[in-house]
Amino acid sequence: MKLHTLEAWSLRDLIRDGSVTSTDIVESFLDQIRARDAEIGAYITVCGEQALEAAKHSDERRREGRTLSDWDGIPAAIKDNISVKGVANTCGSHMLAQYHAPYDAHVVSLLKQAGMPILGKTNMDEFAMGSSTEFSALKTTRNPWDRQKVPGGSSGGSAAAVASHQAPWALGSDTGGSVREPAAFCGLVGIKPTYGRVSRRGLVAFASSLDQIGMLTHSVRDGAALLQLLAGHDELDSTSVRREVPSYESVLGAGASGLRVGLLGGASQQGLQPEIHEALEQAACFLADQGAEIQEHAFPLLDKAIETYYLVATAEASSNLARYDGVRYGLRVEGSDTGEMFRRTRSEGFGPEVKRRIMLGTYALSAGYYEAYYRKAQQVRTMIRDGFLELFEKVDVLLGPTTAASAFGFGEKPDPLQMYLTDIYTVPANLAGLPAIHVPVGLDHGGLPIGLQITASPFAETNALRSAAVLETFARNRGWNR
Amino acid sequence: MIIGLEIHAELSTRSKIFCSCSTAFGGEPNSRCCPVCLGLPGALPLLNETAVEYGILAGLALNCTISVESKFDRKNYFYPDLPKAYQISQYDQPLCRDGWVEFELEQELLHAGVTRVHLEEEAGKSIHSGDNILGSDYSSIDYNRAGIPLIEIVTEPDLRSPAQAKAFLEQLKRTLQYIDVSDCKMEEGSLRCDANISLRPQGGRAFGTKVEIKNLNSFRAVERALDHEVQRQRNVLETGAAVVQDTRAWNEAKGVTVSMRSKEESHDYRYFPEPDLPPLAVNQVWVEELRQSLPEMPLPKRNRIMEQYGLGRYASDFLANSAIWADFFECAAKQYGNYKVLCNWLMGDVSRVLNARQEELPQSRLTPAALVELLRLVDDEIISGSQAKDVLEEVCATGRSSKQVTADLGMEQISDEDELTAMVEEVLAAHPEQAQRCREGEERLVGYFVGQVMKLSRGQANPKRVNALLRQKLQQ
Ligand SMILES: [Zn+2]
Repeated sequence: MKLHTLEAWSLRDLIRDGSVTSTDIVESFLDQIRARDAEIGAYITVCGEQALEAAKHSDERRREGRTLSDWDGIPAAIKDNISVKGVANTCGSHMLAQYHAPYDAHVVSLLKQAGMPILGKTNMDEFAMGSSTEFSALKTTRNPWDRQKVPGGSSGGSAAAVASHQAPWALGSDTGGSVREPAAFCGLVGIKPTYGRVSRRGLVAFASSLDQIGMLTHSVRDGAALLQLLAGHDELDSTSVRREVPSYESVLGAGASGLRVGLLGGASQQGLQPEIHEALEQAACFLADQGAEIQEHAFPLLDKAIETYYLVATAEASSNLARYDGVRYGLRVEGSDTGEMFRRTRSEGFGPEVKRRIMLGTYALSAGYYEAYYRKAQQVRTMIRDGFLELFEKVDVLLGPTTAASAFGFGEKPDPLQMYLTDIYTVPANLAGLPAIHVPVGLDHGGLPIGLQITASPFAETNALRSAAVLETFARNRGWNR
Repeated sequence: MIIGLEIHAELSTRSKIFCSCSTAFGGEPNSRCCPVCLGLPGALPLLNETAVEYGILAGLALNCTISVESKFDRKNYFYPDLPKAYQISQYDQPLCRDGWVEFELEQELLHAGVTRVHLEEEAGKSIHSGDNILGSDYSSIDYNRAGIPLIEIVTEPDLRSPAQAKAFLEQLKRTLQYIDVSDCKMEEGSLRCDANISLRPQGGRAFGTKVEIKNLNSFRAVERALDHEVQRQRNVLETGAAVVQDTRAWNEAKGVTVSMRSKEESHDYRYFPEPDLPPLAVNQVWVEELRQSLPEMPLPKRNRIMEQYGLGRYASDFLANSAIWADFFECAAKQYGNYKVLCNWLMGDVSRVLNARQEELPQSRLTPAALVELLRLVDDEIISGSQAKDVLEEVCATGRSSKQVTADLGMEQISDEDELTAMVEEVLAAHPEQAQRCREGEERLVGYFVGQVMKLSRGQANPKRVNALLRQKLQQ
């Protein structure tokens, strides 16, 4: 049996009934990494020894009947902007290529407390800025479905690792779609929880008011399980919310009966790849057949989402990334005075996309431009959020595309604006802090995965997961098989 | 002339404003740091509630309105001692606003508005290998201070002279010390001041250009720097030229202000709301509780002491200058009715002894009860005034009671009638010739015999009693 091809739930069942050990599982994934990763390039750091050590401890605990959780012994991969104590935390940048995190991110502590070994750290667009992982300064990650295609981004390494069975599941971060878009390109379930549902502490900030840690998994129930592990209040993250965490697993079989599902019309849907458009229509019919009530709504303000997103995100990024100045950690390029050291360090340490966004954000916050750009963007953001909240009085979830098309090829989007537009369906959830899930529903004519997105109101992950589970059935009926 | 001040005071909370690191002064460089105050990637701030409490207390003591909701903002600038390359501060919604301070200068009651009081975080400290940054081969940075909570107090441009600025600052420091939110030690940098000054030419209507002076490290420096700046600006105006808007640094050694313009340039701090912290909602019930908890403030206390104890202004100012001294006085005054004597002792010998011992009153072994006991020993003529000074020193050194010290030093005066009579008789018998002259009216010899008795008693005889007994004996 090829352990590494199984979803996390199946591994959990096997480990539970004693047919395999955590060591077997971790070894199987490490073997797969050795076999595949030279070609895929998912990992920046593989923590082989530590993972095997953790697996050994897990097996001991299991023998002695003192397992830490249901997931004790099941490994995971972590995006390289989420701190793991003692392990490199490069953020895909030359700036932090030599930086090792001296502390665990809150989510990493939770995984460790659950007894889960960490396989390694995955590649990403530099500081999570990008939609294809082409902006990683450290390596190229290829789409396991077609190595000429990008894996999506910025959590491209995590997506490629799971899709090529080099990890049963992985953590990513989603600031404007960075979990959902690579999930879409790699045929995975990708969850972006409500802002504040999962602690950001230890996640290297790109845009603090938009960043949220998310999950890349083979199935909706794997996603629900990983979310269950990580959701909850962290008293050291002031933006994490003190609110009870419901049982996610228990809603997965609830079906679509009585569910109010909204579809958004309008101009934004026009550029869709025909197969995605077709899948969307079929999915709506399937949900209706299952007892859901389908409603159509217009939300014209969403046409402003991309501009709004790029103003807010770059403004925050320009401030968040200012600390990389060569003084305390990371890259330092010496200069004759501190000003020159700052300039040289930042000129050499950051790649072109990061520099572009820092300059955009600095501009948006500058005296004389703040009102016209940053403040205006915040106002539109509030209106978008209010618009969603109003919409969610009428519907439980929104069904729509995640991306306009399946994975594109390397170098296919040389124009930054074109690249930014790939986020058009994903950024609204970040602007409004909503939970959103990508579910794969099939393959296009080129054999690349396509899928759909479910969005729900704040903290209604249960509605999103319940709908995602129905979509998963829909996908199976269409012949989707991971 | 109009002067406005910006004062930064470090709050004396035990831990930093956004993490749990210690705020204690000193310590091995970079030993009181964590991912949060070092600004490591992924670290998030968590607001220290005590810092908010201290900020509110300061606002209330300065008669401010406390904002129901305020927020934090990022002030962005690159500097090696600023770990995140932004300072978390409060920009357009400060914690406290619209207050005022009453203070006195040469017995005149003055009033200055407080525009705002807001919370922010302290930066680290650069340590240069040479005398200054330009003459150094390298610099080190100590981040122990990074993240210590600060309040920034901005005044209205209400001050009209350098002396007023100094008097205002003294009153502000007293007030912050009264409510115990800052130790206000300028020498340790826990209180810092920048001043804005502009002049209006005589007969002119509009005020001139504003000049900011930084690096004012003592109250004296504030006054001197402003005096110098007034003169400098006058000289400029007299030549018919205009004062240029400028930021200048005070050079204490040379006694001049020097333009920092080239270094400072015009900063655009790109303030924007801090996304890592939710808006700060302040419960007004809590504010009322804090308001109720405020102690009596310096000026009202001074006035009450003058009235209640019948003390002069100078003495009352001395006592009310520090809540600790005033409390000590009032505690002692409950047991001792001669307030003037009590106050004189505090201003004189107690201050002198503590100074010599390099102690502050709270650390001293002297208690109000011990001082009262000492004064009673003098009043009861058990010890003399000059002996009392020795006893005070011993009490402060050992913490023993005044009575015990007096006994241990063998200082009790001999007032016993029989004992003294015996001594007087012995002395008269030893000097029959002088005794005779004295009986015949040679007054000054009385003093001679008192001296002889004191000598015989090794200074312990009660001189008043001896004098009386001598006269009695000589008349027989
Ligand atoms: Zn700290």
